[in-house]
Amino acid sequence: MKYSYYPGCSAEATAVAYDVSTRAVCDRLGVELVELPDWNCCGSTSYFSVRELRSFGISARNLAIAQELGDMDLVTTCNSCYTVLAKTNRYMADNAELKADIVEALNRAGRHYDGNVNVRHLVDVLVNDVGYDAVKAKVTKPLAGLKVAPYYGCQLSRPIGTFDDPEFPMTLDRLVETVGATPVDYPCKSKCCGGMMMLTKEEAALRLCFELLKTASDREADVIITACPLCEMNVEAYQPMVNKQYGTHFRIPVMYFTQLLGLALGISAKDLALDKQVVPVDKVLSAVPA
Amino acid sequence: MAQLVTKEDVSRLHKVFLEDMYSIPGGEKLKLCQQCGACSGSCPTSYLMDYTPREIIASLRAGMLDKVVHSNTMWMCSSCYLCTVRCPAGIKLTDMMYELKRLAIKYGLTDGSKNPTMTKIFVDNVDTYGRNWEVGLIGKFSLRHPSVPFKFMSMGLKLIAKGRLPLRPKSIKGRDELAAVTSFLDSKEAVQ
Repeated sequence: MKYSYYPGCSAEATAVAYDVSTRAVCDRLGVELVELPDWNCCGSTSYFSVRELRSFGISARNLAIAQELGDMDLVTTCNSCYTVLAKTNRYMADNAELKADIVEALNRAGRHYDGNVNVRHLVDVLVNDVGYDAVKAKVTKPLAGLKVAPYYGCQLSRPIGTFDDPEFPMTLDRLVETVGATPVDYPCKSKCCGGMMMLTKEEAALRLCFELLKTASDREADVIITACPLCEMNVEAYQPMVNKQYGTHFRIPVMYFTQLLGLALGISAKDLALDKQVVPVDKVLSAVPA
Repeated sequence: MAQLVTKEDVSRLHKVFLEDMYSIPGGEKLKLCQQCGACSGSCPTSYLMDYTPREIIASLRAGMLDKVVHSNTMWMCSSCYLCTVRCPAGIKLTDMMYELKRLAIKYGLTDGSKNPTMTKIFVDNVDTYGRNWEVGLIGKFSLRHPSVPFKFMSMGLKLIAKGRLPLRPKSIKGRDELAAVTSFLDSKEAVQ
């Protein structure tokens, strides 16, 4: 199995551990990732929401680079990158005029894109292409007894929703079961963390994070796993600010789903960059059999 | 910059806005809104909005543009798409909020709140380097909103210590390509 890989800007900064653990897990599962050479920012929500046409153009440059690499699906780990890249494809397919403009804009940059690169989220690739059974067969350290809150975030299955339910997704729940851990019933699983509002309206974003943390705590989750860099950042790194606003004492470990999966596959905490987490993950590590 | 002062301003711009809203992909579905309120009831941030998404649609269709553009509604949208997947009429409400942001910026109708500043810095960042550089984003944003560094300082230092906030930007090689793409698309936008 071979895919082109779009890491996204977070992979070089706040979510460097997501990138490291993604590569380690994919290697272990026989998934080959070919990083797009000289990829650029997809535009994300912030660019997209204010400069739409430009945003489609810069997003499509990445798709053009993927097309040049050959006939492979493009995999990304960030919910926002996934939505923006997939949306660019969909809008190009639905709107001939828009497609003509983007194709021409790329031509001016010496690139060409037909509109046919299939954009996939890593969760989709792992559960549907590799499959739960093949993952289970490679689990050497089942995480028995560990209670996990699977937090999908918004843009994994919304608005496109190709591989999981837009409101009540289940793929990560099943993946948690596959590695021998127990998914807690987590009604916030696809609720919003506030996204970029953490910078512009932080009390509102902190309120959303409070609800996510409170529910995970009420359901006695040992750890929250995420499939999105911004969700991880908001729910993990802002816990002290949530505690300050609400007088709470949350200190709940948060990690990327790839880090949890990696532990069960026998990959070391170091190779999964678990030392990058701000909230200590000792409780999770102690659930890993020696 | 356009100021919505007179009734003539409102009525002139209203036509532009509504036509623009109908012209975005799937935008004509706005006509099918039955005011059920599924959008407002689903929205995690509607409690912060001057007018809920349902009210925004009603106001737009009723010609009350001044209410729409002077509201904080589109700037309080967190882009979670829950309204979009739930709308029984298939209205792409999140895209509608994006279009309202774009129009508000275009006509100079933003109210100095933080969100327009942040998005502008984000866009400049990506245009300059080809990638988002978080420290640069927060730094420039802090210059405009001096309370920001105090609030985020302790967390920022922790992330820097963990190697999660690079202090230098990473530029792509194809910055000329990006400029060629964006300048061509700018010329297209200007024609529209």
